[in-house]
Amino acid sequence: MPLRMELLVCGGTGCQASNSSRVLEVLREGIQEANLQEEVRVLMTGCFGFCEKGPIVKVMPDNIFYVEVDEESARKIVREHVIKGRIVEEKIYKEPETEERLPEQSSIPFYKKQIRIALRNCGKIDPENINEYIASDGYMALARVLTEMTPEEVIDAVKRSGLRGRGGGGFPTGLKWEATRKSKSDVKYIICNADEGDPGAFMDRSILEGDPHSVLEGMAIAGYAIGAQFGYIYVRAEYPLAIHRLRIAISQAREMGLLGKNILGTNFSFDVEIKIGAGAFICGEETALINSIEGGRGEPTVKPPYPAQVGLWKKPTNINNVETFANVPPIILNGAEWFSSIGTEKSKGTKVFALAGKVNNVGLVEVPMGITLREIIYDLGGGIKGGKKFKAVQTGGPSGGCIPAEHLDTPIDYDTLNALGSMMGSGGMIVMDEDDCMVNIAKFYLEFSCDESCGRCTACRVGNKRMLEILNKITEGKGEMEDLEMLKELAETVKDSSLCGLGQTSPNPVLSTMKFFYDEYLAHVKDKSCPAGVCTELLKYYIIPEKCVGCTACAKVCPVNVIHGEPRKVHVIDREGCIKCGECYRTCRFGAITRK
Amino acid sequence: MAKYDVDEVKLRQLEEYIDSIEQKEGALIGVLYKAQEIFGYLPKDVQLFIARKLGIFAAKVYGVATFYSYFTMEPRGKHVINVCMGTACFVKGADKILEEIKKELDIKDGNMSKDGLFTVDTLRCVGACGLAPVVMVDGKVYGRVKVEEVKGILDEYRE
Repeated sequence: MPLRMELLVCGGTGCQASNSSRVLEVLREGIQEANLQEEVRVLMTGCFGFCEKGPIVKVMPDNIFYVEVDEESARKIVREHVIKGRIVEEKIYKEPETEERLPEQSSIPFYKKQIRIALRNCGKIDPENINEYIASDGYMALARVLTEMTPEEVIDAVKRSGLRGRGGGGFPTGLKWEATRKSKSDVKYIICNADEGDPGAFMDRSILEGDPHSVLEGMAIAGYAIGAQFGYIYVRAEYPLAIHRLRIAISQAREMGLLGKNILGTNFSFDVEIKIGAGAFICGEETALINSIEGGRGEPTVKPPYPAQVGLWKKPTNINNVETFANVPPIILNGAEWFSSIGTEKSKGTKVFALAGKVNNVGLVEVPMGITLREIIYDLGGGIKGGKKFKAVQTGGPSGGCIPAEHLDTPIDYDTLNALGSMMGSGGMIVMDEDDCMVNIAKFYLEFSCDESCGRCTACRVGNKRMLEILNKITEGKGEMEDLEMLKELAETVKDSSLCGLGQTSPNPVLSTMKFFYDEYLAHVKDKSCPAGVCTELLKYYIIPEKCVGCTACAKVCPVNVIHGEPRKVHVIDREGCIKCGECYRTCRFGAITRK
Repeated sequence: MAKYDVDEVKLRQLEEYIDSIEQKEGALIGVLYKAQEIFGYLPKDVQLFIARKLGIFAAKVYGVATFYSYFTMEPRGKHVINVCMGTACFVKGADKILEEIKKELDIKDGNMSKDGLFTVDTLRCVGACGLAPVVMVDGKVYGRVKVEEVKGILDEYRE
């Protein structure tokens, strides 16, 4: 019996947490029972990106995209779709506005404006089977490079493509390769930076889980270009599934002779080893990462010398991020001109963003550089959850900033985001609505930077701490106007006098929120109020007389007995003794208690 | 061999592992991983042992062990609960989930429950932002956790 149908089940961390492994089992059982295992195959792929609607099951070649599949609907898919050829309507994505069912992945708004280069195979192939990667033109770029191109030609192609580092800095990849190539040494190293530590970013994880070979192939091509024989992948311990799939990929590639000695019968040898991080955000900085691989504390060192000259074990080393490597094979296969035709003048190609927060469609999107924030948040992301009002979008994690509504139409690339006081970063994009307090958000990121500062530079170690103390004061209602000036001055000092990227960018969340949301800071300091109603110590609870029915429920739960009133009469809160615990607010069934 | 105030069998196990490493240079973090896997945490004497075995200063071992958040010098509970404090989880109320867990386990100081069954910790983004807020218990991910569900989740591990 020839194979007539394939069921692709998303095996990303998100869908697995929503039980996609069980869905896969149920599908397999159903197909076994119907004795169709010869003609229908069920396989687990990498992340489809549409985490909001997971678990995802895609049926090929019918090209039907099922969302939110559970055990029961999995059985139904077998019963109806696989056996009888009838589509299971209720599990097809429903466009919220028109209520139209959209069975094809490409017609769903979430996917419409996406161009998938780095994610080309995610959700299409079985990441644990090298043959599927090879069947999708995998390792063809490596073969072409080894047999038809000189290292200089490879570097030239990457330079002409305009590819820039996807880890955050945006340094031109080709120039980095060239610098490492020019360093004279018998031993050189390639490092893949998979220490994706930005809170709210999961692009690299998805690539490693969904298409690990694309990263290995990119690394091998880089190895050939700069003259390295060995590579390390430095990956976070928090990503067990990614590590597992990488291990499988490396051993399969070795077996096939695509890693190891004399690759594809040429005299080029290259092998890869995984190094597991131990939980330090700073290790995303390249010199800190090198120190960590060497077994030491992950503290950054002064540049120059750059890793391209003196890197791992004092040898020339080229470090690129996961997404950067994943972009390399398509550039070689399709040509530099193809890649540079996508994007803006100075930022070429696409960027993967992890869209999260208060947006309807949370997930992973790959979009051309130059797309606007509005398109990402409203067209792909489906707008703000619960019909609330958009307030800001945070890009670049703890190094980035918050961008307000008036800049939603900015075409985004490395340079426009920098100009807005934020940055591309590794691609985290967190949407915030009217219920988020921007002072509190700045505090959140600063707490992160304080925790993760390695302590080497005084400005970063002490300065961030002092800034955090000021923000604590402000959110507790004890802030004064001088504090705001002090905060700004400290922020600029930390930026100017820290050695590495962490310190140089850690004040960005504070500076950008002060720039765009100064009125919120003023409200905290002058009026001692939190407009978003987040900072507990500033909240005041009121009873709306028109809504209160006098049920006495609030008075009963109040731990300090400051709510007074007769049964069936309007109650009043005596704010003098109120400890702002919020119990009354949560208890009232009539929406009669409000806080501001 | 100098006397170490730790379980002898476990120490032997660690020694075998260290002896099996060919390239000892740069192996420290890997060794600490193994040690924590065997002992559950990194007692002082284990760090001393590692330093002597690898021929490096104990200060270096201590320096590395304290630098990375993965390593702990305190004994841990039987089950480790991690509340994700990444941005997506934070804006969706992860702090309230953490509060509820601590309340439910009656943890006031430190992060281990008195019966030694649970350790509660936070971590920075597990990358399952689509499911925020996220709680991990012994590596199993619970998504879109609500305050009222906390007890049910903990009960799964209480038998």
